[in-house]
Parts: sequence; C-alpha cells; structure tokens
Amino acid sequence: MTTPTTAGPAGPLSIADALSGKRIFVTGATGFLGTALVERLVRAVPGCEVVVLVRPTRRFDAAARLAREVVRNDCFNRLRDELGGRFDEVIASRLSAVAGDVGRDGLELDDDGRRVLASCDVVVHCAATVAFDAPLDTAVEVNLLGPSRVAQAIEAGAEIRRRDHPTASPTHLVTVSTAYVAGTHQGDATETLATEALASGARARTHTTVTTEVNVDAEVTAARRLRDDLESASRSPEQLAQLTKGARAELGAAGTHLLAERGEKLRDEWVRTQLVERGRARAQALGWPDAYAFTKALGERALVSTYPDLPITIVRPSIIESALAEPRPGWIRGFRMAEPIIVSYARGLLREFPGVPEGVVDVIPVDMVVAALIAVAAIGPDPAGPTVYHVASSVRNPLRYGELVDLVRSWFTEHPLYDSDGQPIMVPEWSFPGRGRVQRQLQRATKALTTAERVLGNLPVRGERAELAARVEERRAQAERALGYTTLYGAYTETEAHFRVDRLLSLWGRLSPDDRAQFCFDPGVISWAGYVHDVHLPSVVEHARVRSSPRRSTVANRSDRARTAILSPERHLAAFDLENTLVASNVVESYAWLASRHLPVGERVTFTARILREAPSLLALDRRDRGDFLRSFYRRYDGAPAQLLRDDALDMFHHLLLAKSFPAGFARVRAHRALGHRTVLITGALDFVVEPLRPLFDEVVCAQLGEDGAGRFTGRLEQLPPTGEARALVLAEYAAGEGLDLGEAVAYADSASDLPLLECVGFPVAVNPEARLATIARRRGWHVEQWDKAGGGARPPLPFGPVDHGVSRWWARLEGMLDRGTAGAASDRGSTAGQARWR
Amino acid sequence: MSPRPGFVLEVDRSTPSTLFWHGEGYRLEKLPVGSRVLYAPEPVDALADPVGAIRRALDEPLGDAAPLRSQLRAGMQLTIAFDDVSLPLPPMRGPDIRQLVIEQVLELAAEAGVDDVVLIAALALHRRMTDAELRHALGDRIFDAFAPHGLLWQHDAEDPDQLVHLGLTEQGEDVEINKRAATSDLLVYVNINLVAMDGGHKSVATGLASYKSLRHHHNAHTMTQSRSFMDQHRSELHSSNWRMGQLIAASGVNVFQIETNLNTDTFPEQFRFLQRREWEWTTRDRATFLASSKALRATPDRVARSIFHSIRAPHKMSAVQAGEVEAVHARTTENVYAQQLLEVDGQSDILTMGLPYICPYNVNSIMNPILVACLGLGYFFNMYRGQPLVRAGGVVILSHPTPWAFHPGHHPSYIDFFEQVLAETTDPAEIGKYEESYATDPWYIHLYRTGNAYHGVHPFYMWYWCAHALEHVGAVIIVGGDRAAVRRLGFKPASSMADALEMASDVVGRDPSITHLHSPPLLMADVR
Repeated sequence: MTTPTTAGPAGPLSIADALSGKRIFVTGATGFLGTALVERLVRAVPGCEVVVLVRPTRRFDAAARLAREVVRNDCFNRLRDELGGRFDEVIASRLSAVAGDVGRDGLELDDDGRRVLASCDVVVHCAATVAFDAPLDTAVEVNLLGPSRVAQAIEAGAEIRRRDHPTASPTHLVTVSTAYVAGTHQGDATETLATEALASGARARTHTTVTTEVNVDAEVTAARRLRDDLESASRSPEQLAQLTKGARAELGAAGTHLLAERGEKLRDEWVRTQLVERGRARAQALGWPDAYAFTKALGERALVSTYPDLPITIVRPSIIESALAEPRPGWIRGFRMAEPIIVSYARGLLREFPGVPEGVVDVIPVDMVVAALIAVAAIGPDPAGPTVYHVASSVRNPLRYGELVDLVRSWFTEHPLYDSDGQPIMVPEWSFPGRGRVQRQLQRATKALTTAERVLGNLPVRGERAELAARVEERRAQAERALGYTTLYGAYTETEAHFRVDRLLSLWGRLSPDDRAQFCFDPGVISWAGYVHDVHLPSVVEHARVRSSPRRSTVANRSDRARTAILSPERHLAAFDLENTLVASNVVESYAWLASRHLPVGERVTFTARILREAPSLLALDRRDRGDFLRSFYRRYDGAPAQLLRDDALDMFHHLLLAKSFPAGFARVRAHRALGHRTVLITGALDFVVEPLRPLFDEVVCAQLGEDGAGRFTGRLEQLPPTGEARALVLAEYAAGEGLDLGEAVAYADSASDLPLLECVGFPVAVNPEARLATIARRRGWHVEQWDKAGGGARPPLPFGPVDHGVSRWWARLEGMLDRGTAGAASDRGSTAGQARWR
Repeated sequence: MSPRPGFVLEVDRSTPSTLFWHGEGYRLEKLPVGSRVLYAPEPVDALADPVGAIRRALDEPLGDAAPLRSQLRAGMQLTIAFDDVSLPLPPMRGPDIRQLVIEQVLELAAEAGVDDVVLIAALALHRRMTDAELRHALGDRIFDAFAPHGLLWQHDAEDPDQLVHLGLTEQGEDVEINKRAATSDLLVYVNINLVAMDGGHKSVATGLASYKSLRHHHNAHTMTQSRSFMDQHRSELHSSNWRMGQLIAASGVNVFQIETNLNTDTFPEQFRFLQRREWEWTTRDRATFLASSKALRATPDRVARSIFHSIRAPHKMSAVQAGEVEAVHARTTENVYAQQLLEVDGQSDILTMGLPYICPYNVNSIMNPILVACLGLGYFFNMYRGQPLVRAGGVVILSHPTPWAFHPGHHPSYIDFFEQVLAETTDPAEIGKYEESYATDPWYIHLYRTGNAYHGVHPFYMWYWCAHALEHVGAVIIVGGDRAAVRRLGFKPASSMADALEMASDVVGRDPSITHLHSPPLLMADVR
C-alpha cells in the first residue's frame, strides 16, 4: 500500500492565506453539512467569498431561501453576536446565492449563474439526499448523477473562466461522498478510489472497498424505468382496489373526495416504499448496505471516469453528528440518523436494537468534516489525479457500539425523559441480540397491533374508550418505526470496517498550530464520553421536544391553549354536528320515541323487539352510506300525523334529548354565541326534532319531510340532509354567503364521516371521537373534547316516552304495521287506521 | 290520645347510634356523649272528614271575606291558582289536597253557573309541571276537564302578554303578576302549607310573579335580613311579600285564600323507622333498616333515586282555613307551630344534619350540589325561631353524597352556575353581578317556557337562600360528599362523621357542644 500523499506545495499550510481572495461555490447549503460549511467559511476564513447554489421554490427565490434557511439558522448566532450591527453588511458582501438545481443537467444555471460558477476557484459539492431510505430514483438522480452534473457544469464553464480570469487555475471540485462506499464489512478501508483499487489489482476479498464492477449507465436507466413501472403498476385495478380499501379502513365513510385523496396519497406512498425496498435490494445485491452508499459509490465512479482531467478531491465522512465545538458544542440541524433511535430508546419504545457490541460506530462531529473540507479546499487538488480523504473516527479513535450504548444508557439514567404522567422513564438494558431476532419480534408486535387497531376501529366505541384505539395506533406506528430503524440502520451498528485516515492525518500534519486550533479535524481529540454526555445527547433531547422534566400537565396546557384559541374573538363561525357531539342520541332513537309515544305498554314490547331485531342491519347501512340510510329510514314516517309529531317532538326534546345531552356542548355553543360567533348546526336529524334547539343556532341545516294535503308526512325528504363532503360544502356556502373565512372557523364533530367538515375549517374539534377519528385527531394534533352526559338526567333504558293516557290514532296504524311486518301492505285495520302505509 | 311532643335527647353511653339521612340512603352515626338530638313532635291527627272541613272553611271564611259561595256568580271570571310540584314533600298519596280543595271550589262554581274558569299552577320561576304531575295534583277528573281545552295553565313569568304591572310598593318594589289572575273577578289560591314560610301574601306575590318582581326580595340582602325566614316577625322576605300582597289587594285583586295544614306523617309503612326514635325501634324496624341499607348499597344511584322518588307520603290534611289572606295565614302559622315547634335550650358549637334525597326543587329529579347546600343551609338551618341552633362562628356538618350531577332538563342553568359562577366566588353578595345575565339568557328562558326547566336565575336564589347561614357559621363540612363538588361549594369534604368532628375542632375547639337536627319529619326549633 502506498503512503497517501496530500496535494499542494510542501511545507506548512495557512488556510487563511490559501483561501484569501478565493471564491468558493457551495451546493447543498441548506443541508446540515452545507450550513455549517458556509457559516464556517464566512466566520473563520475572512478573505474568501462564498456563493451558494440554491434551488428556488415556488414561494421563495434562491436569495430568499438563503436568507431564510441558511442565514437565519441558529448556526449563525455566534457570528451574529460577534459582528453585532455589521452582521447584515458582512453577510451581504461575502455571501450570495445562485439559482440552480443539482438534480437537473447543467444545474439549470442561467447565463449569470454560469459566469459566477466559472469565476469560482473551488466548488464544494455537499448536496445529497442523505436519507438512507430515499427512493432509488431520487438517490440516483441526486447522489449518483449530482457530482457528474456539477463537474459537467464546471467543465462547460472552463472556457469562460479562461477568458475572464486568465491567470486563475482551473476550478477545484471537492465533492462530499461517504466512507460507507467501502461497505460495512470487516477490515481496513483505505482512502482509495474503487477505480484505483481495481486498477492496482486489488481483488474483492481484500475488502479495502467494494469493487464490484457495475455498469453505471445501466443502473441509471433501470432506476428511472423502475419508477415508471411502479407508477403504472400502482394504477392497476387490483392495486387501486387495495388502496381504496386501505383508505376506507383508515377513514371510514368519510366521503368520496377524502377517500380518493387518501387513496392517492397511499398510492404515492406505495410507489415510494417499493422504490426504497427495491433500491435497498439492488444495493445489497451488489455489496453495499443500502441505496445511499450504493448511489454515492457509483457517483464517485461516474465522476472520476467521466471527468478524468478535472481537479477533483473526494471527501468521505462517516456518520456526521452534532458539532463538537463549532459554531457551538452540540449544534445540529434536522433530525438525523442516530437521533430518532436514541430518542425512541430513551422513551422506552425501543426495547432492543441489534448490533455487535464490539462493532465500531463511526461517528464524526460535523465541525470536523467542515474543517477537513476547508483544509482540502485550501491545499488544492493533487495534480496526480483525484484523491480521497476519509473523515472518520474508527481507526484513530474508535467508538465501540457497546461503549456507545453504555454511554447513552448512563446518561438517560441520570437525565431520564418523563412520560405524560410526569413519571421518569426507565431505559431498557440492551442485550445486543441478532438483527433477525429483533426484526422477527417487531414484526410480530406490528402484526398484533395492526389487528388490534382494526378490531378497535370497527367497534362502536367512542370517547375515552376510543382513545385506546388512538393509543394502539400510536404504538403500532412506533413498532413500525422501530422495525424501520433496525432495517435501515442495523447494518451500521454491525459495521466492522475500519476507515483509515492516513491522508487526512498527513494533511493535519501540515497545518500551522494556529490553523490546528481553528480548524480541528483530528478525530483523536474527541473524548467520546464527553462528546456523548455533554454535547450530543443534551442537543438531541432539546431538538426532540420530549419531556425532559417531571413537569405535569403539558397535555392539559396544550388543550387549554387550544380551547383558548377556539374561543378567541377572532373566530367567527362555529359549526356543530348533533348526534354524539351535542346529544348522545340518534335518529333511530328519536323515531322509536316518537313512534312509541302513544303506544300502550303491551305494544311497546313488540315494537322494541322489532327495532332491536333491525338494529344490526340499520347500523351496517348507516356505516356504508349515511345519506342512503337516512333516506330509507325516514320512509318510516310515511303517514305519520305531522302536527302530533311536532308537539311530541317538543316533549321528546325535553325528556329524551336534553337528558342525553352533553351540557358542556351546549355551554360551548353558548360560549361561541356570547363571543359573537355565528353558530351553525349541521345534522341529519329531522327539522321538527331539532326545532327546540333553534335558539342556539343562527342556522340549522337538517332534513325535512314532505307533507301531504291531509297533514300527514309522506316519508319522502323535502330537503336532503347533507352528509359527508356535502357538509363541508354547506358550511363553505354559508361562510361565503356571510363573508366569513373558513380558516377562522371552528367545527365540532364526532366521527370520521365528518372528516370533510372538520378538514374544511381552521379549528377542527373532535368531540367524544369514535376510534377512527380519535386516531386521526391524535395524529394531526386536533383538539379533542370529552363531553359527558349530565349525571342527573333520568335516562330511560329504552327510548320511550312516558305512557300517554290520552287517545291516539297514530298507534293504531303502527299496530297494523307490527302485525304485517315489513311487507308494507296497506294497513286498513280499525276505523282510525287510515290509508297510511308503514314500512 | 294526643300525639307526643318533640323531644331533646342528650346522648349518653347507652344511646343507640343516630340515624342520619344521606341522600338516597341513610347512615347510623355514633354521636359523642353529651350531644343533643332533636326529635320532631309526632304527627298530629288528620281530619276525619276532610271534604266536610273544606266545605265548612269555604262557607265560614276567616277575616272580612264573604263566603265563597256568595262571591260566585254566572258570567264572572274565576281563576284558581294552586301550589306547584314543590309542595308537599314528598309528594302525597292521592288524592292530593289540591284535588280535594279545587273539586269543592269547582263544585260551588258550577252550582253558581260560573263558566269562565282557569286553573293556574303558581310556578313563579320554578319548572313547569309535567302532565303526570298535574294529573297527580289535580286528579283525573279536573285534569281531563281542563287540560284538553287549554284551561289548565302554568304561570309563565316570561310571557309579557300574560303579566300585568300593578305598581310599586312604598319601598319601590315592582309588583308584576299573572294578568289573568290579577284581572279575574275572583282569584282563589289553594295552598299546601308545609312550613311556616308557605302561604300568606307570598302565595300570590311570589307564586304568580315575574323576575322583575321577585328580584326585590329574592336576593342576598333580604335573606341575611331574614332571621329566620320561617319566623314572620323577623323575616324581611315576609315583610316584602306582605307589602306586595297589600298592594295587590289595594289594586283591587280579590283573593280568596285557602290554606291547608299537613301533618308530618312523612313516610309510608315500610319506611316507618325513618320517623321513629332509634331507641324505640322494633325488631321489624331494625330488620327493615338493615335490609334496606344493604339493598341500597348494592343498587345503582339512578335506581335508588327512582325508588325514593316514587315514595308517596301518607301525610294527611290536619286543618283547612279560607278567607282573607292575613287572617287565614295567622291561623295556618299557629297550626304549623303547634305541630312543629320544639323548645331548645341555647345554641351549640356544632349543628349536624342528615340531608334526604329530596328538597322543594328536585321532585322527580336529582338533588344537585347547589340544592344540597340550599336544603342544608337554606331550609334546615332556617328552621328556627329566636336564634339559630348553631352559634355564630360555629360549624354546620351536613351528611349527603353530593354527587357532581345535575338534571339537564330541570336544572340547565345550575350546571353553568356551578361551572362558571361558583368557580369564581361563593359569596352570595358577590354572585349578584352575574344574576342579570342568567336571568335574561334567551336559552334558559326558552327551556323554562317550553320545557321543564327552572328559570335561569333560579340557582342564584338557591345560593341567596344560604346567605344567612353562610354569614353566620364559621365552617361547613359535608360528610361523604363528592370531594370536588363539595370544594366547589366552598365547603370542606369529610369521609366520616368522626373526621368531620375532628375537622370542626379547628374552628370550635376540642370540646364542642353538638346538636343534631333529626329531620325529616319536619321540626322547627324554638331556640331560647
């Protein structure tokens, strides 16, 4: 093995001098590494100028994104403090943005952009999709083709550069790769290119890197075609049926639009998952742990083979974690690889994680990677050709997996997270089982929880019992996530590769003492115990927004805050569902009460038996389609005397509905009115049933039965009650008519079939939600109210009114109906039976 | 044999445990040696011929009233107002006194050829009665004759068309009452007088009045100036009603007052032990007590409540008098005192009472925490003449489960009052600032007028009722109550009587004198 050499003139190197007057082009500046690099260059290399490539979005152009996503990041706080009032001026003079996209050929640069790129002395290419579970095609576009695209743009601008800057040397491309392009298997991995290793005759089994020969173009084509194939497969009728079923299981009868929307989202997810899985399979088939390392490795190969003459340096960091010291200890951007695992562990969710205790977890603080990149930029390209630098800790200062787990465990034992009851969570002790066992356990748990969730979702429970379903769903999501982590990251905890850093250390050897103090990238200086305990974990806990103190009632505070927002004077419209939102009753109960109102005691028994017998089919129909259910159910009122029912309905309201009402619900309606908000009741109930509620509402949208000339109901609906998405439409129309903004409106409902209504307002409230809605509300952070019936109401076990001593003609017809069953034959029995038919 | 008078027992070592009512149930408590237990006089005898007595009363009225018969003539307008469901307690076995009296009045009216007759339930701001309740109070015959023709009214204090403003008293109090009653040629008011406060000018001036009128005497000030409101001579509530009554009479409203006394035979045979003195319990009493307490413990609250509320009391009419309001009421009060007064020697540091399942405002309903406070501190506390049974700064200990539960149909505004007003302040003088908004709330008015709900302002009245007691005592402790509900009332919850006495010692010292009011049956303490 040859001793790695560093480029540039021999003798000590001064970073500030070397980069003074240089223009440095950075891609991926909005990312974790990119932000740190830009900040460090601006702060610690005062002579240089930084240009960043930013992809403009629909809302923000490149300069705006630079200001919002980079300069405003807390990474820049230190610089802001140091510069005080001069900060803006310094940033404006040293940092600028160019619009472009590394995912497109030619980087989508305009003429100006091309000129700017050509004027740059160094290009640091940090842009990458770092998610280990990125879809294969995205990973290919960004990770594999990205470096080559940058190189191509540099080469395309070479002519301009020679013309505009005749004395300048060619632009130096420093591209960030990953140490894991060498794979994770046992053995030393050297700072060599795979192409070099192949050329020097290294054979696969020497394991210095993955040397499998791959046809890069074929992989690119295959990945692109895979996306197309999956897109069309996802549209097959069978697949669509499957997806619709999934959406329905999740949302219930939420209406066509929402189900379609959800189904489409599920289809996207399916395509994505397939792309991830197939990408991982392809990568593993070729010897890499995942698509990330795989595409990065091919990216390196494509770059050096396509642009052999370009001055290129490849920097391969290992797992980049929070900053050791710069700009401040613990600085981190975004939630990265290890953090979710650590937090899941600290919350007691991840009881086991596979790994080899003796294995090395190669972690490197972000500021060391940044310092190494700057030093590499300062020293310039090696005229001999592309060189590779590892920035990794495994050889110089290895952190064993077992040691890391101990450190994390001891820290969380001392600084536990707290559960929702304010009790500290005990962290489990890991036994380092094999990956297979953990995955099997998790798969079993996931399956069991999925079944439980489905069962609960179908049970007619609501309120606090339904919360159980939401908790099961959360548990299932956790188990699934844990399973995902083991699949994704398992390989990295079993790594036994050692990434050699000889070239990096030789570069380190050339730094002046001042530079060494300012641009430290020697992994040897890290004290792992100090880093994990004092730097990384405090930062992770802070970022994870978890409960790190036993303070109680954060949840209560949150719902208090939500309630305050809902009852703020800025709201102006509150829509209410009726059944199970304000009153624990339903249309069947109302019907039973009204129909039995004038029945003698004996007849009531028969009537009850009949209703009970029908209950399951009524329930099933209601679940399938609320509108159909109401239409067919209201046929039963055919022939009913209108005025008598109206009078009885008033009694029913006071005896049945009020007794089953949620006083807190009525109080809420009144609170909205007191604040001057409009209140709207949207219900499938009949107009005369909800008539007594009218004083509470500005608008009542309900069902209305037709009436014949003789004062009898026809059983046909004059006015259809809005169900599903029609409810949202009705509310939207009302709001538009009154000039109100739905974004400021509040809606209260209890079931997933009201999703369209809840989704169309800015402040949805789930009241005593049934299982599906409870799950959805929990996931989306919607406010949930548990309203209870008043404890003191006299609630009859069966929805019957007091026995009426008066004489009624109505029940005689009902009697006819009972005798004849559902056949619907004309009942003409008795003198008072009339011609009405009862179905 | 005349009934035995009331009795003050001094607890000694051999005294058996004392029965305390405890909502829909009862408990036996061992009171410390030296405590006094007040037992009500035994029920006086019922009238042997109530119908005959009624006819006599109508024919031989008291005061300067002419016999009813002579006041009735064809073509006149006759209105008969009667007490609502809040009387008597518990509801009586049929036939109800109102039925007996009104049947006689109607008979005379029929004889005289009067055909414009309207019956009005004098609700004031109470809930409307249900058909079943009206039927029970009036009997089938009257109900079926009047209700279907719209001649059975329930006073609606929120219908401006049904009210008439008769003017202001010399103290500037509005007198606004039911228009039909005020403008009829004759207004007959049928009372059931359970306690000394009932009847007199209060019948019309309160029972048929509107909020505008009631607010002048239903307030914290009046109640603290009524010591007690059961004692006419020291009751500002009484004085205000009398001023109004006199103005009503002066306005030309011709009131023919009929008042009836009821004996204190409160519980039917199977619950007879509830009105016996414990040391006189027979084996059967003991057995019923044991069996019923065991059974009640195993019964859900809701079921226990409906069992108790189905009790129809065997109390009977013991006297009836009719004629001019003040003369009639003087006689009635005499009768009430004769039956209920018990001479008691001096106050004590602690007053204990067991509260039953019922008070005037939860017939066929649930006794919510506000009503618990009102029954204990409003009614029972005020059952005195002279001075309160407990000394100023003393402690009242109540026994009641006090569930955090309300009847949403009967007491809708109570729920909000409990959640909103009492959460803020429990000072009767302070809550006044919320009164107006509850009294004029359209939703409460809607429920009062169309349903069976107490008026929005009613919970305030309940709390004013407690004002005198709250001002007088140093602490109130509720034994066996829902802790959160008791705290919301501003009282202290205790899990047992022993704990309650222990807590009371912080206020009244370690060796307090204790008096237990053993009621119902009703008794009124004449404290010397």
